[in-house]
Amino acid sequence: MEEPAMRPRPDTRGAGKRYWDRAHAGTLELPKCLACGKAHWYPRLYCPHCGSDELEWIACSGRGVIHTFTVVRQSGHKFFKGKVPYVLAMIALDEGPLLMSNVIDCDVDDVTVDAPVTVVFEKLGDDVGIPLFKLAGGGK
Amino acid sequence: MARSTLSGEAAIVGVAAAEVGWETSYSVAEIMALATRRALDEAGLTIRDVDGVFAVTPYFWMSSVTLAEQLGIQPRYTDSTNLGGCSFVSHLGHALGAIATGRCSVAVIAYGSTQRTDGGKLVTGADNLPYEIPYGFQHPISAYALAAQRHMYEFGTTREQLAKVTVTASQWAALNPAALKPEPVTVDDVLKSPLVSDPLRKLDCCLITNGGGAVVVTTRDRAKKLRKKPVSVLGAGESHSHRYGAAMQSYTTTAAVASGRDAYEMAGLGPTDIDVVQIYDAFTINVILGLEDLGFCKKGEGGALVERGIGPGSRLPVNTSGGGLRYCHPGMFGIYLLIEAVQQLRGEAGARQVPEPRHALVHGIGGVLSGHATAILGV
Repeated sequence: MEEPAMRPRPDTRGAGKRYWDRAHAGTLELPKCLACGKAHWYPRLYCPHCGSDELEWIACSGRGVIHTFTVVRQSGHKFFKGKVPYVLAMIALDEGPLLMSNVIDCDVDDVTVDAPVTVVFEKLGDDVGIPLFKLAGGGK
Repeated sequence: MARSTLSGEAAIVGVAAAEVGWETSYSVAEIMALATRRALDEAGLTIRDVDGVFAVTPYFWMSSVTLAEQLGIQPRYTDSTNLGGCSFVSHLGHALGAIATGRCSVAVIAYGSTQRTDGGKLVTGADNLPYEIPYGFQHPISAYALAAQRHMYEFGTTREQLAKVTVTASQWAALNPAALKPEPVTVDDVLKSPLVSDPLRKLDCCLITNGGGAVVVTTRDRAKKLRKKPVSVLGAGESHSHRYGAAMQSYTTTAAVASGRDAYEMAGLGPTDIDVVQIYDAFTINVILGLEDLGFCKKGEGGALVERGIGPGSRLPVNTSGGGLRYCHPGMFGIYLLIEAVQQLRGEAGARQVPEPRHALVHGIGGVLSGHATAILGV
């Protein structure tokens, strides 16, 4: 029997290693700049807002709203073709940054811009956690 | 506004398309070479006159080097800058600078692709952001769909207005004998075509074809002695705001604001001086974003402007070739924006000719609304 296709695994090298590690442990953490005070996604060596390298990690509330989204109807990818239609969304986190994720466990027709969402995590192997989102209150 | 001293120092003297269609027996490098030779022929120049080579195609790691080898040219100036499909408009600005400073005197800008023959797969070295990989981001449509959704939410842009972009493109394509999809399209046709990535449907997306093209640029003085009416490069600007769809800081305002501002400033012109517009329409939302960010209407009013009319006979004719939606789209469309603008300014556009345009604005968009390059051309 063919093995079930897995969600594709990101390259975790670099500044984002901690991001994936903490997500595996069930916490959404983001870099925040000590110089300008703004948090950012995705993790980088220097603050994309002001260029500073004085960054700290903050634990996020895991709450936000859908800034924009698309329902992907077609995919040739071995994992995602089994998931269509699925929701690809930019989440506006309470802490400020926009973050890309999937909105899962919902009827795609229930998804709207500005709908509140909360984070959940899916483990990929024993070291990577993937932040995903659900409609707050579980949708309809 | 005062014109920059760079404005008008170079002119386009030859343009040509090659192998625009569904099938071809030529290689990608040969398609670039064919288009280049035709564009030179039109100008009354030869391959031996070329000392500046500009090219980009997803097929080659060093596109201008591949093209120069194919033509037997050892150039003084070479540029394979890749900003996605807008690259050729960016190259035109680079060529203007190179020509004005004496780094080269006859430059070619070329493209070639056999995307259709290759099974429709966009041959691309597209790298993915690790933070997109786990989520099924589809390059490039996802980013445009995210932008369209947010635009509809923020400004009340309607599905019908997006559809009208394709409908208008089909009206222009009907007047272009080279258009690969010249048949009429209605709003209803677009709205009944299959959803690909909400809110975008199949008929919101560009075609997948083969094709190449080339543009020849030279000094203002030399241009006057050649066969065709010179088309001056009056303004150029370029910018990029992000590389990856997940890293966009705005889904409703693009770096066209910056590239457009620089191009207008160099030309000493503004939106009301423009007689014909070419905006890279890989997806319908591009035209609405472009019209807003380039100052043809206020932010949020692009849909209404499209509804008022940008087709044949309108006050603001946009994408007069039929665009990437209905003329052709071999992966990177930017070269055809320049070719069409030049043909319009020369008065050579046949049934789709706009009445006596003096200034054309060309705006290329590359990647996932990432790269932006604007040029203002004039006669």
